[in-house]
Amino acid sequence: MIVGERKPIKEILEMIDKFEKVLVVGCGTCVAVCFAGGEKQVKVLSSALRIARKIQGKNVIISEFTIERQCEKEFVEELKELVPKHDVIISLACGIGAQTLTENFPEKITLPGLNTTFIGAPLEHGIWAERCRSCGDCILDLTGGICPIARCSKSLLNGPCGGSKNGKCEVDQEIDCAWQLIYKRLKQIERIDLLSEIIPPRERSKTDNGIPRKIVREDLMI
Amino acid sequence: MSLRELFEKRKFVLTAEIEPPKGTDVSKFLETAESLKGKVDGINVTDQQSAVMRLGSLAACHLLRDKGFEVIYQITCRDRNRIALQSDLLSAAVLGIENVLILTGDHPCLGDHPDAKAVFDLDSVQLLKVAKSLGEGHDIAGNELKKAPKLFLGAALNPCADPLEPEFIKTEKKVKAGASFFQTQAVYDTERFKQFTENIKHLNVFIMAGIVLLKSAKMARYMNEKIAGVNIPDPIIERIEKADDKRKESIEISVSIIKEIQKFCHGIHFMALGWEELIPEIITRLNLTK
Repeated sequence: MIVGERKPIKEILEMIDKFEKVLVVGCGTCVAVCFAGGEKQVKVLSSALRIARKIQGKNVIISEFTIERQCEKEFVEELKELVPKHDVIISLACGIGAQTLTENFPEKITLPGLNTTFIGAPLEHGIWAERCRSCGDCILDLTGGICPIARCSKSLLNGPCGGSKNGKCEVDQEIDCAWQLIYKRLKQIERIDLLSEIIPPRERSKTDNGIPRKIVREDLMI
Repeated sequence: MSLRELFEKRKFVLTAEIEPPKGTDVSKFLETAESLKGKVDGINVTDQQSAVMRLGSLAACHLLRDKGFEVIYQITCRDRNRIALQSDLLSAAVLGIENVLILTGDHPCLGDHPDAKAVFDLDSVQLLKVAKSLGEGHDIAGNELKKAPKLFLGAALNPCADPLEPEFIKTEKKVKAGASFFQTQAVYDTERFKQFTENIKHLNVFIMAGIVLLKSAKMARYMNEKIAGVNIPDPIIERIEKADDKRKESIEISVSIIKEIQKFCHGIHFMALGWEELIPEIITRLNLTK
């Protein structure tokens, strides 16, 4: 899922400083599951902003609304009636949701209420970890199902850098060395031979070289 | 004599690592190099080690080359993409720099610019392969070069890595990719070093054992805690701790380690970390004077 973290109240307050009628829009998908931008978090943020503005002695009218998927036009249309009644929108979705609001309601300003952090998984309640960089050219078949691009701090493809100590990454003792995990896993599935293959440099023109990516599926086009 | 020739003639090779300055005052850097002239076969210049921004390795190598030193140009994958790395290798060649030590590089977050982007467009195995291909007249995209650079490629290995198997496999990959010589992580555990070199004998590469001059027990404990594959035995830590003259003891420790491993490697690579002035005495003590 896409994992996000709400921005600090102070930062959001500064963003909405000049506005009086604020619409806070949550998203019921990824960021709801990671407790950052769902219905409940919309309520919490709205209440906090109301209190903060009261302390500042500034008027504010805040409306709350959560749609199921902020990244899709069809769902965003639900806001059609609500948006014109407000000066500004705070999106509590990932960056995709926030941009979909901007594209669909260009007459209003949409501000980001969240930082979209990474694509990851919950490890335990309250802990999420990055698992995928959406590089566009998956090599999990070569690395025992553990992604070195997302989980090695240097995204190395041909084995450990030599900096890990006691199975932990040189940058942080909290981070497992991805190549140690890969090694253990390949041993477990009796595919240590895969470690001996030289994995060639990534074809970044096909993956993550900064150019916005797009998928066109003609079979699905109407 | 070039590093390649020395190895091929089966000479016992000595190199020392020095770091370029933070800034443009190269006087101390050149002075340190001069103090080692005639004592070691080559000077190895670090590429912004520990991810600390400083004068570039290539420019520093060029200065030394001009003064008649055999140099080993260190290049890491941390800061440059494949275009810049290949270009720098060509630049090295036209400046008469043949020996290149190819490393992954420490992560930027460990250095003095922790917010810098970690590039790692290529890893060390891939860069070795790319450098080899440049030497054969082609860039990574397959384009032909107008005159190929003459390069002698080296890499790093850690004989005491834990676990050892992935390090062993990576060493084999580095050889397959083009590495002819290796510099090792600091050696203190001489038995494990001997074992590792025995295990890679079939690869037919030249091994330079890394010798880091111990300065204090504090440094030894820090290295044991933080540096991968370094396990300084307690008796050595005690020796440096009890010594009144740390420099003298540091020399003694280095001499005793080198004596033990000398027959199992093709040379010694000194990492003196500021105590370069002690290197000549170590060399004299070992009867390895040039």
